[in-house]
Amino acid sequence: MMPMHSLAAATPEIFLAAAICVVLLFEAFFGARHRGATATLTLLVLAIGAALTVAFADVSHSVTLFNGMYVADPLAFVLKLAGFLVAAVTLLYSRTYLENRDILKGEYYVLTLTALLGIFVLISAGSLLTVYLGVELLALSVYAMVAFDRESGVAAEAAMKYFVLGAIASGMLLYGMSIIYGLTGTLSLARIAAALTASHSLGIILGLAFMVVAVAFKFGAVPFHMWLPDVYEGAPTSVTLFVGTAPKIAYFALAMRLLAYGLPGVAADWTRMLMPLAVLTLVVGNVVAIVQSNLKRMLAYSTISHVGFIVLGFVAGTRSGYTAALYYMLVYVLMALGAFGVIVLAGRKGFEADRLDDYKGLYRRDPLLALVMAMLMFSMAGVPPFVGFWAKLRIIEALWQTNHLWLVIIAVVMSVVGAFYYLRMVKLMYFDEAPETLPATVRSFGVRFTLGINAAAVLVLGILPAPLLDLCTRVIR
Amino acid sequence: MRLTGEATAVLVEILFYAFATLLVAGALGVITARNPVYSALFLVFAFINSAGIWLLSEAEFLALVLVLVYVGAVMVLFLFVVMMLDINIAELRRGFTRFAWLGWLTACALVAEIVGVVWTHGLAGVDVSKGFVPEPAGFSNTRALGEVLYTRYVYPFELAAVLLVVAIVAAIALTLRRRPGLKTQDVARQVAVRAEDRVRVVKIAAEKRS
Repeated sequence: MMPMHSLAAATPEIFLAAAICVVLLFEAFFGARHRGATATLTLLVLAIGAALTVAFADVSHSVTLFNGMYVADPLAFVLKLAGFLVAAVTLLYSRTYLENRDILKGEYYVLTLTALLGIFVLISAGSLLTVYLGVELLALSVYAMVAFDRESGVAAEAAMKYFVLGAIASGMLLYGMSIIYGLTGTLSLARIAAALTASHSLGIILGLAFMVVAVAFKFGAVPFHMWLPDVYEGAPTSVTLFVGTAPKIAYFALAMRLLAYGLPGVAADWTRMLMPLAVLTLVVGNVVAIVQSNLKRMLAYSTISHVGFIVLGFVAGTRSGYTAALYYMLVYVLMALGAFGVIVLAGRKGFEADRLDDYKGLYRRDPLLALVMAMLMFSMAGVPPFVGFWAKLRIIEALWQTNHLWLVIIAVVMSVVGAFYYLRMVKLMYFDEAPETLPATVRSFGVRFTLGINAAAVLVLGILPAPLLDLCTRVIR
Repeated sequence: MRLTGEATAVLVEILFYAFATLLVAGALGVITARNPVYSALFLVFAFINSAGIWLLSEAEFLALVLVLVYVGAVMVLFLFVVMMLDINIAELRRGFTRFAWLGWLTACALVAEIVGVVWTHGLAGVDVSKGFVPEPAGFSNTRALGEVLYTRYVYPFELAAVLLVVAIVAAIALTLRRRPGLKTQDVARQVAVRAEDRVRVVKIAAEKRS
């Protein structure tokens, strides 16, 4: 029997699970009378959760709980704090959006919290069993969120596609896991890592291939990216905002726990599998994004191209590669929060603001939104004073150190290709004439203030990249 | 009447073969029945027989759960769905002959794999000569299951519970809708009604017949 205080490291999950029940009951009893009270309660829950995490779960070294099924380490601590922050910001941005479209319901917040719990479970997964449960918890919550607007046929179609393809990915993951389990005789990732150092058979590679496919599916790496543009475009924008940001943290953790920490013995094999994936992802993401006329779809392909960079970090397969991937992922989440946040705020009821043409002359209608979007576009393109530049640089540096010259060249060329569509967005907003008929943007002070901070963070972290970089270096072992 | 050990063993064996035969027959019925309702009922029959086999191998808890959960809940739901959806049986069976070769291929491959494994490895590690070793009297496998579920596997167990909550919340959030203009009874309002809400007493002055 383990004493109670030893569970302190699992505070974020325990608190979140309890809070989900509280929010659910609160919604059932008071939700109908006090519209929006659940939203406030959820934000409160996230704030308390973050505080409790800092107070109890700040571990200096790796701690395992629940018979090795749960791992708490500095990496998990940082990722969980990021998870709390990202979830809170997405909810803050989407409040008005949900209100305008009559989908401001308590269940939306409950599902956000359960998705966050799934993310945390993945972040702290210590065994194949918890990896799978985390993947499913996150995925099921997100499927429901995508379909949340019942009036929208596009959303239902997107949810259906996501569900079917996600189920296939889960099947792949389970199949790979069952092979690895059959050959090593253990579900614990630490013990699998120990068992695979000596020698490995073809069967292990087979199991590994299925797991790599599943991870690529979840990340949206080409050729397993088909669901991503449809889901981003079809889902309500507030859901796109969530789907595009928080789960990336979880899937980074999934790749880290499963491949980097769980299967280091066969690292040579999975880096070789990831290499073509990364190249395809970079090329398809950037090239296809150019021809999109829908902003959500364009950002979906831009996501794919960024995923390519994150995967490149894993291809390097070194500590500096993982650090670069972590840094890139955090930076990407920060940028995506802002970019989708702008789309959420630019829309109105009956006007989604998701076509590129809707942003013509945004500068004259709403200078702040235009400025924020321009900063984020520059950052995503990797223009120097912004943080996106450092993220790309770290990845390229890690590849350079491991003598992947060709990958470096492809990454640089594709960044240049990508710059085209990011800068076109800036041109549309600042130099094109606005059509007369476009409705006004959302003018809520608190939300715009947060968005301003979000954009400022992209600039400040770009000018002073050291603190975040040091943090990333410190938490990757 | 108490049976001797040997007689018990023989009885168990007879019961096993009876259950196993019925199980296989039921399973065949599932795939050959023309009517999907019969298929579902055959599946119920197969479940009950496998529960019997589990009882013989002293897995009482699992046997009961199989009957309660699968027969009592899952299959009843299944029957509901089959009966509520207007399934065109001819349409369902149309692809049957076209894809039958695929089914045969899969079945043959599976049998070949099983035979192959047994052929190359034998029944390694499985000692069949001693037969089934019964647990000591008073052994409770409900307790044994509970002990691992609530200690070693408490974390995944709780997560699975959250997963079920998500499923319920999502299903209700996505399907429950209150259509306006629907004429339904609201019992609470019916009970709370007062006479003056419904009955209007009108005073009409008497008139003389003209």
